[in-house]
This record gives sequence, C-alpha cells and structure tokens, in this order.
Amino acid sequence: MKLRTFKKGGVHPPENKLSANVPIRELGLPDQVSIHMAHHLGAPAVPIVEKGDKVKVGTLIARKGQAFISANIHSSVSGTVLKIDDVTGGSGYRSKAVIIKVEGDEWEESIDRSKELVEEIKLTPGEILKKIEEMGIVGLGGATFPSHIKYMVSDQRPADTLVINGVECEPYLTSDYRSMLERPDEILVGIQVMMRAGKVNRAMMGIEANKPDAIELLQTKVQKYPGVEVVPLKVKYPQGAEKQLIKALLNREVPSGKLPLDVGVIVNNVGTTLAIYEAVQKNKPLIERVVTMTGKKLKKTGNFLVRVGTPTTMLLEALGEEIPEGTAKIIRGGPMMGKALNSIDIPITKGTSGIILMDKSEVPRREPQTCIRCAKCISVCPMGLEPYLLEKLAKIDDFEGCEAEAVADCIECGSCSYTCPAALPLLDYIRYGKTNVMRLQRERRQK
Amino acid sequence: MINNNRLVVSFSPHEKGELEIEKIMWGVVIALVPAFAASVIFYGFHALRVVVLTLIFCIGIEYLIQKFILKVKVTAFDGSAAITALLLAFNVPAGVPWWQLLAGSIMAIGVAKMTFGGLGKNPFNPALVGRAFMLASFPVQMTTWPVPVQNLWNLGADAVTSATPLGILKEGVRMGKTVTQLAGDLPNYVDMLIGNIGGCIGEISVIAILIGGIYMLARKIITWHIPVFYLLSLAGFTGVFWLINPDKYADPLFHILVGGAMLGAWFMATDMVTGPMSIKGQIIFALGGGILCGAIRLFGSYPEGCSYSILVMNAFVPLIDKYVKPKRFGTEVNYGK
Repeated sequence: MKLRTFKKGGVHPPENKLSANVPIRELGLPDQVSIHMAHHLGAPAVPIVEKGDKVKVGTLIARKGQAFISANIHSSVSGTVLKIDDVTGGSGYRSKAVIIKVEGDEWEESIDRSKELVEEIKLTPGEILKKIEEMGIVGLGGATFPSHIKYMVSDQRPADTLVINGVECEPYLTSDYRSMLERPDEILVGIQVMMRAGKVNRAMMGIEANKPDAIELLQTKVQKYPGVEVVPLKVKYPQGAEKQLIKALLNREVPSGKLPLDVGVIVNNVGTTLAIYEAVQKNKPLIERVVTMTGKKLKKTGNFLVRVGTPTTMLLEALGEEIPEGTAKIIRGGPMMGKALNSIDIPITKGTSGIILMDKSEVPRREPQTCIRCAKCISVCPMGLEPYLLEKLAKIDDFEGCEAEAVADCIECGSCSYTCPAALPLLDYIRYGKTNVMRLQRERRQK
Repeated sequence: MINNNRLVVSFSPHEKGELEIEKIMWGVVIALVPAFAASVIFYGFHALRVVVLTLIFCIGIEYLIQKFILKVKVTAFDGSAAITALLLAFNVPAGVPWWQLLAGSIMAIGVAKMTFGGLGKNPFNPALVGRAFMLASFPVQMTTWPVPVQNLWNLGADAVTSATPLGILKEGVRMGKTVTQLAGDLPNYVDMLIGNIGGCIGEISVIAILIGGIYMLARKIITWHIPVFYLLSLAGFTGVFWLINPDKYADPLFHILVGGAMLGAWFMATDMVTGPMSIKGQIIFALGGGILCGAIRLFGSYPEGCSYSILVMNAFVPLIDKYVKPKRFGTEVNYGK
C-alpha cells in the first residue's frame, strides 16, 4: 500500500531515535521547582500565590492573563512558595517564575490518581472546554498554544475532523512514541473527549511508518471506537507541522495566514491528547509531561515523566550521566526546530519535549559559501517558497519584497538551511525578514 | 554540575545535511568521465591533449585571478572550473591548436565567470561563452573535423578530415539533394549511439552522455525535467517540419542523436548557475532551448545551434525567475466553497 504523505518538499534527516526502546519512568521529586509564568504562547499568567503560601500538587498558582491567548498554571509539587522572582528560562532571558520548596507529595483531593481507565464521558462539550481551560492545557508538541482556544468552534466555522499528531518527525525525540506504546487506551479515550468537545464525528491519527509497533497497537485498539482511524504515514520531515499533516491525511491545504479550523480541522498532539484525557476524566491539571533525554555521547538515554519546573540537570543525574566532554549544543525540543540553550540549568516547561546533547562533531559550523542556484532549497520547502530569494531580500532589508514573496508563510521548519550545499544560513535571514514584515504589518494596522 | 564545554547558541536547525558544493561539482565531473572516455576511444591522443590542456588552462586561470587579481579565497579546485574546462574541451574538434584553447579558456573563466564575481554569479554558461568566442574567432579550426579512429595516434597536423552529420545534411540540402539521397553519406544510428561520427570530441557518443546523465539523476544532482523537455522540444520542432517535408528535413530522432543536443541537454542546459530555479521555469527554459536549437539547425546559417540556444535561454533566466514561481502551499483550495 502506498503510504500517505504531504506532496511538496520535505527532507529526511537521520532519525537517531536512541531512546525509542526505553520505557517512560517517573523522574521523582526535585528539592525545588521554578515554574515560569510564560509557559505558553501568548500572555504570561498572573501569580495568585505569595511567599510563604502552602501549595499542593495541582493547586492553581497563576491565573491566565487578561489576553485572549493565555493559560492557567498549577503547582506541580506540594510545599511552600519560597519566592516569586525572575529566573532564566530557555530563551536565555529572565522572566517571572514561582519558586516552590518541595515538602512531601500531597495532591489536591479533587484529582483522581488511580490508574483506572475512565471511559464514560459525563461532561457536555461546553463543560469539557471549560475543564481544558481550567486545567491549563497547552499544546505539548512544542508550540504550547493554549488548547481550549482551538476548540472554540463557532457555528460559522464548524470542524468536521479531529487530527491527532503522532508523527514525531523530529529526530531524537521519542516521548510521543513511548506514550503511544504505553498509554494507548488513555489516548483513545482522550480522542473521544476531544471529538465531543469539537463536535466532530471523525478523528484521524497520523503516525509515521518508522513506528510500526505503535501503529499496529493503536490500529488494534481503535477498532472499538467508531469514527477513529489510525493512518500510517511515509517518513518525511516536517510531517508533524500541522499544515503538512492535514495535507497528508486529508489532502486539504490550509490557506496562507489561516488556521486549521478554516478547513474544518482541529489538530492536537498525542501528548496533549493524554493531558486532555487526564484533565477531563481525572480532573488533573497539566503539571507533568514526558521528556526525552538523549544525545549520541550519552551511554544511557531515557524518557521521563517530569514535573513541570524541575531543573533539567535532574534528568542527567537520573541517568547517572554528566554532560559529556565536547558537548557543543544543548537543545530543548528537536534538533530541527528546537532551541539551543546557553545553559542546562533551566526548568522543564510544559513545552519541553526533549533535551538533546549534541557533540561538536555533530554540529560542525561550515563557512557559508556562495549560492550556486541549485534550487534545492525550493525543492525541499514544504510551503512552496523560494528560500534563496527571501534570504537575498532580507539581507538587503527589502522587507516589502519579503512580504510580497510570502515570507510570513514560512513555518521555520529549517529544511532549506538543512539542505543548502553552500551552508548558507537561509532560515536565519528568513526569520529576520519575517520578524520585520510582522513589525511592518503591525505598524500599518496602527495607522 | 560543572560544565566546561563551550556551548554554541544558534538558531535552528541544528542538523546539517550532507550536500556540499564540492560534492555536487565533482559529481558532475564524474558524470562527464564516460563522455571523456568515448572521446579518447575515437580521437585518441588528440582528445586527451585537448582535455588536459583545457583543464590546466581553466583551473590555472581561475587560480591566478583569485590569487593575484581579486585576492580572495582560492576556490579554483572546487570542481566548477573543472566542469567548465571539460565542457569547453568537449565542444571543440580534436585538432584545435593549444593557443586557441588558451584563448577560449580565458574567455570562459576569465571573462564569462570571474568578471561577474565567480561561481554562482555568472549569467551565461562559461563553457558556452568560450566556445561561441572560439567559433567566431577561429572558424576554420573550429569546423575542421578529424575522422574518428583513423587519426588515433596520428600526431601530425595533416589529419584526415570529414564533416559532421549535421554539416553533411545542411550542405546537402543546400545543394538541392533530398534527405533520402544523403542517407548514404550520413552515419547509421548505431555509429551515432556509440560515437563513431565526426564532431566535437565530447558530443559524439550518445551512450556515454546518457550514462553520465543517469548517474547525475541517480545522485539527484539534476532533475529529469530540463534534459527531457529540451530533447522533446527539439524532437517536436524538427518533427513537425519532417512531417511536412521529409525530403528536405531530417527525422527528429536524427536531430536528437547528432551534434551537441545530447551533451547540451544533459550537461549545459542543466547548469544550475545559469538555469531557472523553479521546475516550471526549468521546463519553459528547456522548451525554449529545444525550439531555438531546432530553428537554428533548420533555418540558420550554422549547421548546429545547441550552444546558441542555451546561451540565448540563459539571458531569459532572470525574467523567467521573476515571473514563474513555484506553487505556494495553501493556494490550492480543495475544501469548502
């Protein structure tokens, strides 16, 4: 059978899924957590606790901001609030965080901590949405978009399909893969919850063909859920990008500047599906997530269930490892779209899917050469853009030109920079162009 | 935890693919080896002499210009000058004297490539500019075709010469003969395929060129669009006239197999630097080139038009790139009304 995939562009970076066979294990409790208020896309949450307050696991510590796009934040541990202070985050900038000293592991009584699968959905669509919002659920694929907003389906824009992203197309990362293997039933109930919330009768789960055991397992389990389909996909990066995934599964193209809902689709990641299951069926806020800790120079790699706010160094310690000699990059997220950190001393956030240590031999910095017009960047661009041209325009600050060449459509997947034989920093310049085009557009709106 | 590593903080992507300019360029050079081998089989020492001299001239000139005039990093050995050298050498007859090759190399590398800023910046294919210059400057030597095989080790100047198939055809038709009457003078298709015909040293063997072309396709150095559409377009154009008057015009298969069409379609029209960026643009480029080549062959004063067709289309590339864009994602509306 021919596997489905998106048509245009794409690359095949080496998969390096080193931790694929390591089961998820609970990391355990740190001495202290730092929970950032800017955990998600949009406005930071506002702390509602003060120094000295006692909190339990699941206590609301910060309420979503005034802005439309924002999310609640809960304590991931029980203990005492030490202080509310600026802490360096993954961006390298300092921002507000609640720092809690861990004392015991006492959970809010409302949370159902049993392992029992709760299949029956009691809530109405409206109540489910409120629950998702209340429990601070955000997209766990990395973008951390507050989930409840995705489901605000108005009558003008009804969705007909729920797409579950089990692609995990980034190299190294295995947190979604392990979740699918270890918690398939909860994921499938989560899908039912989301189908009800989005008022759709159909759900499609896309999984790349390099995870045959996960596909087989879910295909067997899914049979008792009508309307849900598990679709194996051809391995190709960036299939996990929502526009590409919708194209691969449904052959629909989200128009430039529009959202999946404009073509009747809601997309959620596997990790988010689990979080939504727990929030709605178990009353559990988003306080922990699965994080892959990996790197070629590590003797051991792992997948951990980590409380939000835990120092990243704890993951290394749990493996009995130290940062290997010659590590040149520490990456949060995947190696194609993740962020290079300037220190490993940062707390795990809701959006941290993995921490990758890359050796200097893996990230050689090649001197940029000259463009030989090989057109490889065009052939790999999944958005049908011309990266070579955008780079040239951005270099000379021609932002109107960038805008006309649809720089805003760029999903920053990095396929162009990955491929370029001249090692040109194409995406760096494209981001520069894109940021300035967005600034121009903002200024125009204000006029 | 003490961390003694110097961390690099840069934007994503943190992975880098394996493609490199040098690998692409030397890949093309490898793809040219079969054609080179064919040229030595049929023209022996003379072909070897032409190729070696041109390689030394082209790489040497680029080196000297970069080292002493521009005073920039020397990239003469990145393979691109070698490609220009091989293509220039492949586009001349076996008997061309050394100083004409030097003049052609200066024109190709010195003028057509380096004055525009070197690799990636030149609007016209350097090898073709060099050849066009040589054809205009040394018309006699550039159209004196030693007979293959017979001259293998004949080191003297008095080579046995003949005409190219296209030359025979053009001259014959001009004298009022029909294609059928000329058939006896023209080589058969087997000779054309293996290369036992008169012509420029690298263009004679269709099979050798195809092996190189398939190698480039397999390594994904080129895509199939330009060569296929160029040859189809040439066949289509010449085919129409052949159908109208088969006495005056040769059949399309003949036109594809002889002259520089194969070499041009696979190695010169596919030059990345001087071709369009989008696939659609490349198809337009190739179609235009094929028609021009056919038109020059049938109606021009030169028997062969492949080089000129590509040079003319090179001039259209900026225009094509400006107006022919790849299809953007999200423009194909197939949902909702």
